[in-house]
Amino acid sequence: MQDTAVKKGTKPEKPKKSKQPVSRKDMTRAQYTWSEMKRTKAGYFMVAPFMIMFFIFTVFPVILSLLLSFTSFNMLEWPKWIGFDNFIRMFLDDDLFITALKNTLIFAVTTGPASFLLSFILAWFINELPHKLRTFVVFIFYAPGISGGAASIFMLIFQGDIYGYANGWLMKLGLITEPILFFQNETYIMPLMIFISIWTSLGISFLSFIAGLQSIDRAQFEAGAVDGIKNRWQEVWYITLPNMKSMLMFGAVMAITGAFGFGAIVSQLCGTPSVNYCAWTLAHHMGEYMTTRFEFGYASALALVQFILVFGANKMINKMLAKVGQ
Amino acid sequence: MAKKYKKLRVSKHRVILNRSAAGDTGITIMLVILGLMMFLPMYNSVITAFKPAGELAITPPKLYVMKPTLKNFIDLFTNMNQTWVPISRYIFNTIYISVASTFGALLLGSMTAYSLSKIRMPGYKVMNNLITWSLMIGSTITGTYNFIIYCKIGMLNTYAISILPVWASTLGLYLMKNFIDDGISDEMVEAARIDGAKEFYIYWKIAMPLVKPAWLTCIVTTFQGVWAAGASVYVWSEDLKTFNAAVAQITGAAATNAGAAAAGAVLMMSVPIIVFVVNQSQIVETMASSGMKD
Repeated sequence: MQDTAVKKGTKPEKPKKSKQPVSRKDMTRAQYTWSEMKRTKAGYFMVAPFMIMFFIFTVFPVILSLLLSFTSFNMLEWPKWIGFDNFIRMFLDDDLFITALKNTLIFAVTTGPASFLLSFILAWFINELPHKLRTFVVFIFYAPGISGGAASIFMLIFQGDIYGYANGWLMKLGLITEPILFFQNETYIMPLMIFISIWTSLGISFLSFIAGLQSIDRAQFEAGAVDGIKNRWQEVWYITLPNMKSMLMFGAVMAITGAFGFGAIVSQLCGTPSVNYCAWTLAHHMGEYMTTRFEFGYASALALVQFILVFGANKMINKMLAKVGQ
Repeated sequence: MAKKYKKLRVSKHRVILNRSAAGDTGITIMLVILGLMMFLPMYNSVITAFKPAGELAITPPKLYVMKPTLKNFIDLFTNMNQTWVPISRYIFNTIYISVASTFGALLLGSMTAYSLSKIRMPGYKVMNNLITWSLMIGSTITGTYNFIIYCKIGMLNTYAISILPVWASTLGLYLMKNFIDDGISDEMVEAARIDGAKEFYIYWKIAMPLVKPAWLTCIVTTFQGVWAAGASVYVWSEDLKTFNAAVAQITGAAATNAGAAAAGAVLMMSVPIIVFVVNQSQIVETMASSGMKD
């Protein structure tokens, strides 16, 4: 029927290759992408200003660093390509790197999860408070993050002589007979640093958890109550957590990056290097090669290793967070 | 199927959620203890600023002030009035730099976040990944190479160096994108498009009012970062420096005067705290009523 209709018709059937294809099937992949790009061109205009800045100030330096990690570079002479020598040197010919790596991993597996959980649990508890009180309590908890000068109080508490608060109390209780030099003693530095960094870890992820909790629709909790959720613990697992998954991801990224970049507070309290390099981290190691030894190629290689560690940890956490609420 | 349902408790047409008294008490106790611990560092620096010279010398330092005094602050201000550049210039610089960098960063960041989350033009996945990865890179490494770039562009010792790099920060953007992903449904954006709204209109009039908590959180964190980074090493002209940098210089020079240094520290932290408090009191619970969920 159709064939005859076409033959009889005055116009022959349109060729399949029309200039303006109408459906996805008529187009090649490139054509489709191009049409999509034209459709969403407003998006490119909106992204452009940021992306230009982002490429100049972040992407470009990172690419530079990536390339330099395969070179020997001291800022004065033109970089010399040495292939994987930096990485080989790192693992075979740099004892301090192994110490730094070990310490960084210890810090990462302790302070990372602990600060993440602390941030979330506190944010969640605070969210249960009435609104007026909540602002005040958030302020109390976030204050050390703002004031910044947290190091001085820890100096005071863990002072090495008998006038330090910790030593004073411990001696009063009769647990020790002579004061401990907390920041100069290899056995105490690591645990103390972990403790202090957890203490001061409520930063942006805490704030974002608070904001995330507040943007969950109350109707969902009510629906949960109707459906038979008995207490707040069930509620947090089945309703709250799945609703703020992306906030959790953000908090995890922050916690991991913070944990692997750990080092600033150690320098402030124990000096650099700490006694016998017992709290030497990758951040310290990198800082030393960058600012003291001017071996930028090696420092870049260290940064690459750090990035790979952070990236791997993130992938792992991603998989774990996917299971939340099931 | 004789399953027993617990009767729902309702007040003013709202369901009362199930909360046990024991849980409430436990949470309160925990919050009080941890709250005291968290607040201790800041409490210490505030009271130090009000201690007279005699009390500052006591070892071990007392955790309270016997005779509070404002002398430390007066010392600080007398020192400041003797600076080479008038103090008003420092204050102007601070306001200019903080406002320009914070709002620029938020505007560019939120526009990008909206586009990547809701317009999803070809290539958005690549951009997404780049932004997420950039969060994982330590600042030690980019800092040095950034210096080379600033040098080449000729940005050293200008206002731009305090402002433009902040516009490229990805932290606020990532946060904002998460909020838009979670809080605004594709259906709503699509409905607006069918009604003929342009993308920029949807972004500004529909999406942004719905992510107010994200805005407020981003303002706090960005501002705080800008404020803390006030004493930039890339700026050496005295009339381009911020108030923060001036205070740091004075307290650094007056190292013997511990009181004035403590007063300076309190002065410097007070501004981000005010911004924070004003902000947090703006975050209200009514998010839920303004949007529709899918």
